[in-house]
Amino acid sequence: MGILFEDGNFALFRDGFLRTVELSAISAVLAMLLGIVLAAFRVSPVPALRAFGTVWVNTFRNTPLTLLFFAVVFGLPRLDVHLEPFTFAVLALSAYSGSFVCEVLRSGINTVPLGQAEAARSLGLNFGQTLGLVILPQAVRAVMGPMSSIFIALPRNSAVAGAFSVPELFNVQATLTDKGYAIFGIFFWIAIAYLVISFGVQQLFSFAEKRLAVAR
Amino acid sequence: MSTRSASVLYDATGPKARMRYRAFGVLSLVGIAALLWFVYSRLDDAGQFSPDLWAPFEYAKVQQRIVDGVLETLQVFGLAAAFSITLGALLAAGRLSDHRPVRAVCTAVVQFFRAMPLLIMIFALYRAVFGAEPFWALVIGLTLYNGAVQAEIIRSGVNAVPRGQAEAAYALGLRKTSVMTTILVPQAVRSMLPAIIGQLVVTLKDTSLGYIIAFHELLYVGKLIASNTSTPEGYPYIPVVLVIAPIYIGLCLALTALAKWIEARGRRGTNRRTPAAA
Repeated sequence: MGILFEDGNFALFRDGFLRTVELSAISAVLAMLLGIVLAAFRVSPVPALRAFGTVWVNTFRNTPLTLLFFAVVFGLPRLDVHLEPFTFAVLALSAYSGSFVCEVLRSGINTVPLGQAEAARSLGLNFGQTLGLVILPQAVRAVMGPMSSIFIALPRNSAVAGAFSVPELFNVQATLTDKGYAIFGIFFWIAIAYLVISFGVQQLFSFAEKRLAVAR
Repeated sequence: MSTRSASVLYDATGPKARMRYRAFGVLSLVGIAALLWFVYSRLDDAGQFSPDLWAPFEYAKVQQRIVDGVLETLQVFGLAAAFSITLGALLAAGRLSDHRPVRAVCTAVVQFFRAMPLLIMIFALYRAVFGAEPFWALVIGLTLYNGAVQAEIIRSGVNAVPRGQAEAAYALGLRKTSVMTTILVPQAVRSMLPAIIGQLVVTLKDTSLGYIIAFHELLYVGKLIASNTSTPEGYPYIPVVLVIAPIYIGLCLALTALAKWIEARGRRGTNRRTPAAA
């Protein structure tokens, strides 16, 4: 267990931890944006956009994350796109998570009863008001639960980036293992780091859920 | 024509709105076509459609390797699916137990394995226990993680059966075991099968983590093909991705379709059995 505090391992571990947090945070923001755009496509009244959203989401939801990383890391450089491994990882992770966000948002919008929109329109609210004041506030509350599980899964998924030369926690685990330290000692510390991260995300979401809660 | 979600958000269209939507439709078609053309021309400019790069796939040996990769992937998936559902059922039984220590242990196990990145576990198992056998590191890692998730699905499925069912069974004098096996589980299975199969899709996708511990599943086989075949145009990484991705997507979509079919079938069954409202 003491391995963490021997010859500079702590700096390695700390950097890996911060890298995981950074990677997850940036990917989460991008995934959210991508998910919102895709969800807007999927519920739009324009059939072409709906079809595009459906194809996109089904493609990325059913592609293994490892394959996505593989495609981005080995494929893009052959199209003369040369970026840092970290940027590649952000691209793969947010493209993957974005499609899950889209599906959650879409089903959240579907949970709002039709009567709500009809009532809003008959009160004379225009499209923006109906969406912003009536439908989205209800959809957001319905969406918080599934959304939290996506964003708790995201840091876990980010471990794959370590195998594609991003120095985050999995990479730290691999490096320390290669240095010959006891494997379960390393596993213990890495496990704690991930537990801390997912606990943090969970707290964020329960805080948000409390803030949003309304008496019904 | 319009989906339900569309009707929550948008009013029934009048002639003006229809014209506007049609204009948007044309614009977005143009946009999508431009995007596709951009991707195609980017690939073409980089010479990714040159016959040299695609020639390797004509060899029976390469085709055989891809088939073998698919079979290995399916083998890992089959074992991991069977083990994880078994483990999930055991853990769910533990979490629904009347004995507090059993419940506490099972809850801790489920929570821990659900919170761990699968890759971290597979890698630790691979390096610590199964150095020569990445196959079992992958299967056991997948089993532990997905077993924990399946346990939660099964537990919530059993809990979702109306309470009156269990109460009625107890009132008839059944014991806990018979209440579970003859009353609750048969009813719960119907509602939770789609979720279980949905998790199996995740299991199938996660078999590709075997790539990282150098296990010969589909993705790793693809990497070997790409890195070992030197053509005049370079290494065929992009063609390999374009061949392998549809295989994965097809397999996952097939499983998803199965889940949807079972869901629809289950609904039909309940409808048949529900007596007409008086």
